[in-house]
Amino acid sequence: MTALTRLLLSTPFRLALIYMGAFILAAGVTVGFIAWRANELLTTSVVETLRAEVVGLREQYQAGGPARLSAIIAERAADPGSSLYLLIDSAGQRAAGNLRQVPPELMDGEQRGVFTYVPQSGPTQGKPRVAVGVQIDVPGGLTLVVGRDIEDLRRFAWTMGRLGLWSVIILSALGIGGGLLVSRSVLRRIESVNETTRSIMSGDLSRRIPLNGSGDELDRLAESLNAMLARIEELMRALREVSDNIAHDLKTPLNRLRNRAEAALRSSAGPAVYRDGLMKTIEEADELIKTFNSLLLIARLEGGAVAESMERLNPASIIADVAELYEPVADEAGLTLSVSAEPGLALTANRELVSQAVANLVDNAIKYSPNGRLHGANGAEVAAPVSIVLKRVDGAIEIAVGDRGPGVAPQDRQRALQRFVRLEKSRSRPGSGLGLSLVAAVARLHGGSIRLEDNGPGLRAVLNLPIGGPNPALAAAGHGREH
Amino acid sequence: MRVLVIEDDRETAHFLQRSLRESGHNADVAGDGETGLAMARDGGYEVLIVDRMLPLRDGLSIVQTLRAEGTRTPVLILSALGEVDDRVKGLRAGGDDYLTKPYQYTELLARIEALARRPAPEQQETRYAVGDLVLDRLSHKVVRAGEPIVLQPREFRLLEYLMKHAGQVVTRTMLLENVWDYHFDPQTNVIDVHISRLRSKIDKSFAKPLLHTVRGAGYMIRDGSD
Repeated sequence: MTALTRLLLSTPFRLALIYMGAFILAAGVTVGFIAWRANELLTTSVVETLRAEVVGLREQYQAGGPARLSAIIAERAADPGSSLYLLIDSAGQRAAGNLRQVPPELMDGEQRGVFTYVPQSGPTQGKPRVAVGVQIDVPGGLTLVVGRDIEDLRRFAWTMGRLGLWSVIILSALGIGGGLLVSRSVLRRIESVNETTRSIMSGDLSRRIPLNGSGDELDRLAESLNAMLARIEELMRALREVSDNIAHDLKTPLNRLRNRAEAALRSSAGPAVYRDGLMKTIEEADELIKTFNSLLLIARLEGGAVAESMERLNPASIIADVAELYEPVADEAGLTLSVSAEPGLALTANRELVSQAVANLVDNAIKYSPNGRLHGANGAEVAAPVSIVLKRVDGAIEIAVGDRGPGVAPQDRQRALQRFVRLEKSRSRPGSGLGLSLVAAVARLHGGSIRLEDNGPGLRAVLNLPIGGPNPALAAAGHGREH
Repeated sequence: MRVLVIEDDRETAHFLQRSLRESGHNADVAGDGETGLAMARDGGYEVLIVDRMLPLRDGLSIVQTLRAEGTRTPVLILSALGEVDDRVKGLRAGGDDYLTKPYQYTELLARIEALARRPAPEQQETRYAVGDLVLDRLSHKVVRAGEPIVLQPREFRLLEYLMKHAGQVVTRTMLLENVWDYHFDPQTNVIDVHISRLRSKIDKSFAKPLLHTVRGAGYMIRDGSD
């Protein structure tokens, strides 16, 4: 498609064209109507004058007979001007007047109307001119024709008509030209949007649509498109980061699994080695499956797919159950697990997911707590505590799980919540690096959040969940604190 | 035990058939939903293993149809969909247990054996006994060789579940699901620690251990002389 056809097909141009067409049509109809009415009026008024004159002439005839009529007509016909006369006597001969013969146009039944004649004198002698006239029979066998030259009027009207036509033509040309100009500028801006989208489609996600700063609707459209592009770019970047992380964190165990199988196969030590190799392969595969399951679960949660399975529950019993599940593990690791819960709280949430989130936090806290005993202020050994605290904060409940481990540096805290991120210090410890991001996904699904804080010393992970669940309407329905 | 496997993936179906035969069970295979439903109706099976996604008729519809017709054969639903809502849907359709792919064969075996030997609700006993260990479900008392043993509530439920399935392998996941009602996988092997606590209470001061670890599978409570 050439630039011209694109311009001609553009919406603004088509709109301009349609507008111009309508304008020309309206102007044409108006001008035509005016011209028609003007012509009609002119002709009618001329005919009226003629009729009055005929009445006058007939009176003259009745007063003075044919001779007087003939004389008057001869006198009037001699006056220069637009009046035309012809008197034919009973013998059919021309008796007086400045017309040579009865115009054939007046010979029909009506005996009045427009006719052409050729003047015999005056400046326009010999050229045919237009006139209006009436033919009447005068008693005594005479025929009288009275007319008025309307050639000048006609010419004037014609000139006016041409003037009107020309103004319409000039106006249309200006309109179409203006339409072209407007469409070209609109088209150029839309073309810049097109160009941007094309280069984005070909992979350059950083491109943005240029604004012209006028703040008009095209600029506003470009602004929201740019905002959308920024969001898409952010999502794409996150996606790429995740797939890079998946590639890294899944490839490593896959490679380990493969190496193990290969080593066992290569060995000639016999069935015991094969068996051991297969067992370890299955263990590795199980770990991989767990990682995949966590990833899928996080993806599902981020899609918000389980929102309908929310129920009203008691958060204190959730943390009590999780604490009860982990208490022997903590005990075995030489840690005390303390629970403190504000009584009488209620929460709309998915029990399974919130339990899993709290379990992940407790599991982490146990994993990162220092082994064995700490020395208290007075030198006595005290158990390193893992604490679970439940309390109400405004319209939400907060479950804080704290440990006395190494903690996370403030600048690393945000990163620690991302998928697969295991801070370097913890790389050697078991885990997929998905625990905290699963907690974050559960929090988001419930309309809450997770934050990491300094536990002075150690780390405190705080899970914040709105009491009414992700849907604020539920909270408004009077599910506040239950006494 | 006669088992019907309704599974469209031939390799999986044959792996299950072979493994079940090796475990001493008689397994038939149906490759699509309609055949599976017809074979399940003809009956004689003690357990049905039903895949959720099947050609011609999906797994949940098979279970719903069978239940609507009054068939009470225990059903284990196998699925690649393992999230909270899927499990609830599977059990609501009339499935008795739900296992997510990929699974360990030992896990599947333990579950179908538990399903097949599950007594009807009205026949549930109020008292379990394994060897000289007795658990009274009504008075919540546990006695071994005449000596009362004090258990925490959760320990009691753990022992109750194990004794209900005495002589059968019970996996960690089964314990987590049935004793704690959790369907997620805790990162640490929390169940092992609970079992070792329970073991220290019921086995430690007695000569003959009753609570056994089944390597690579789970736990089993049984009287050694069985």
